[in-house]
Amino acid sequence: MAYVDAVVQGILLGGLYALFATGLSLIFGVMRLVNIAHGDFIVLGAYLALVVVQATGLHPFASLILVVPLMAGIGYAIQRGLLNRTLGPNLLPPILVTFGLAVVIQNGLLTLFSTDTRRLAAGPIETASLSLGPISVGWLPLATFAVAVVLILGLELLFYRTAMGRAFRATTDDAEMARAMGVNTRHVHALAMALSFAVIAIAGVFLAARSNFDPFSGPARLIFGFGGLGSLWGTLAGGVVLGVAQALGAQISPQFQILAGHLVFFLILAVRPRGLFPRME
Amino acid sequence: MSDPILSVHGLNAGYGDFQALFGIDLALAEGSLLGLVGANGAGKSTLFKAILGLLPRGREAVTFAGQPIGHLRPEAMLRLGLALVPEGRRLFRSLSVEENLQLAAQGGRRGDWTVERVFDLFPALREKRHSPSQSLSGGQQQMVSIGRALVANPRVILFDEVSLGLAPIIVNDVYAALPAILQSGISAIVVEQDIERVRRMADTLVCLNEGRVVLAGPSADFTKAQITHAYFGG
Repeated sequence: MAYVDAVVQGILLGGLYALFATGLSLIFGVMRLVNIAHGDFIVLGAYLALVVVQATGLHPFASLILVVPLMAGIGYAIQRGLLNRTLGPNLLPPILVTFGLAVVIQNGLLTLFSTDTRRLAAGPIETASLSLGPISVGWLPLATFAVAVVLILGLELLFYRTAMGRAFRATTDDAEMARAMGVNTRHVHALAMALSFAVIAIAGVFLAARSNFDPFSGPARLIFGFGGLGSLWGTLAGGVVLGVAQALGAQISPQFQILAGHLVFFLILAVRPRGLFPRME
Repeated sequence: MSDPILSVHGLNAGYGDFQALFGIDLALAEGSLLGLVGANGAGKSTLFKAILGLLPRGREAVTFAGQPIGHLRPEAMLRLGLALVPEGRRLFRSLSVEENLQLAAQGGRRGDWTVERVFDLFPALREKRHSPSQSLSGGQQQMVSIGRALVANPRVILFDEVSLGLAPIIVNDVYAALPAILQSGISAIVVEQDIERVRRMADTLVCLNEGRVVLAGPSADFTKAQITHAYFGG
């Protein structure tokens, strides 16, 4: 029964990892941009939520009303003002520039907030749980997983059912032809980044409600993305596989938790180097 | 002759340090068809890209409906009424047939050409409307590519090697749509390797060789031998 429990907890943990990874996967899918600063932007979102919560007294989840649009605006501006200039046939320039951004964010946060670890108090939901027979499931992990699924569902609908999604896909397929068809690809790229940052904001608040964070918590959050780059459901599957592997590893020995995750990550890359659900072509 | 709908004046263009076009002049009269011929590498596709702003060009180098458009971005061209049927079709592979058309309709002008009217012109596309664009035959893909230009209700369409990679009988089918397109008031520039076909169809002929205009005038004025001579240079 301990293993069943571990699998269930692992699946729910996968929801958090999927939240971390979805914004990264989205950007890679639309413009083949690998955002090395993704984890740092999640931490930036967490600090932004901290500031909003401290200034307004809102509940961390209610602070998303402000944090999501603020982060989306930052994402739009960064893409339009900076990252659009790095896009081209070469994948390297955006990697270098976002690596630089990561350094800037970490040290900026360090200057503003020091190295003290922070946490957002989410209240009773942090410890409340639901009993399912012999297993008890925390409401917060459950909510995290549900939010991840709803977000991915929403993004899928946006991509495949709306005019905006059509422009996203056309730009990914052939940016030059998309321009000839009247699509402003610079705006489309910036919108995709804004969307990614909206998801980052949500991920940041869930991160802050579930664990401590400091200015250097970001890079460790980056790794979760590579289970399903470019495919949104693949991102969720990758998160779940990683979560279950860590939970089962922890059953063997606490030291095994992280190691098991890395081993599975390594195995996936060895067997399916293009991720769990690679795109066609 | 009325003022040209599209004209190019002393256009120089290229890729980085490589100059591909040298002082190109041409004028497309409203409602007419201009045939653009030349060997591979003569600069035909480059000329289309420069007209559309996909390559940098001078502000005054391209005039459309009396206005200089050389400073405008490519995404503004379809809204103005300048559409492209690109070489190799270049349909958006993750979009269905209908989505390919809808995207262009959204980016273009309002008018008589709708997605439904394109299906009337090319009935084979109607039953494939929800299929991925890559699942179609080459000829059908070319129909989508032409339809994509039409639904934008352009005033000018630039056709780049419509027949490339298609069986001769399919090429005839594709070109059979051209009179109806011209009758709806659209002007066109057609790049085509089949010189005899171009001479029959086009009102005006322009031949490029190594990035320069080497022959230009009414199609009827030239014999096939003259065109062939200009085509190969020498």
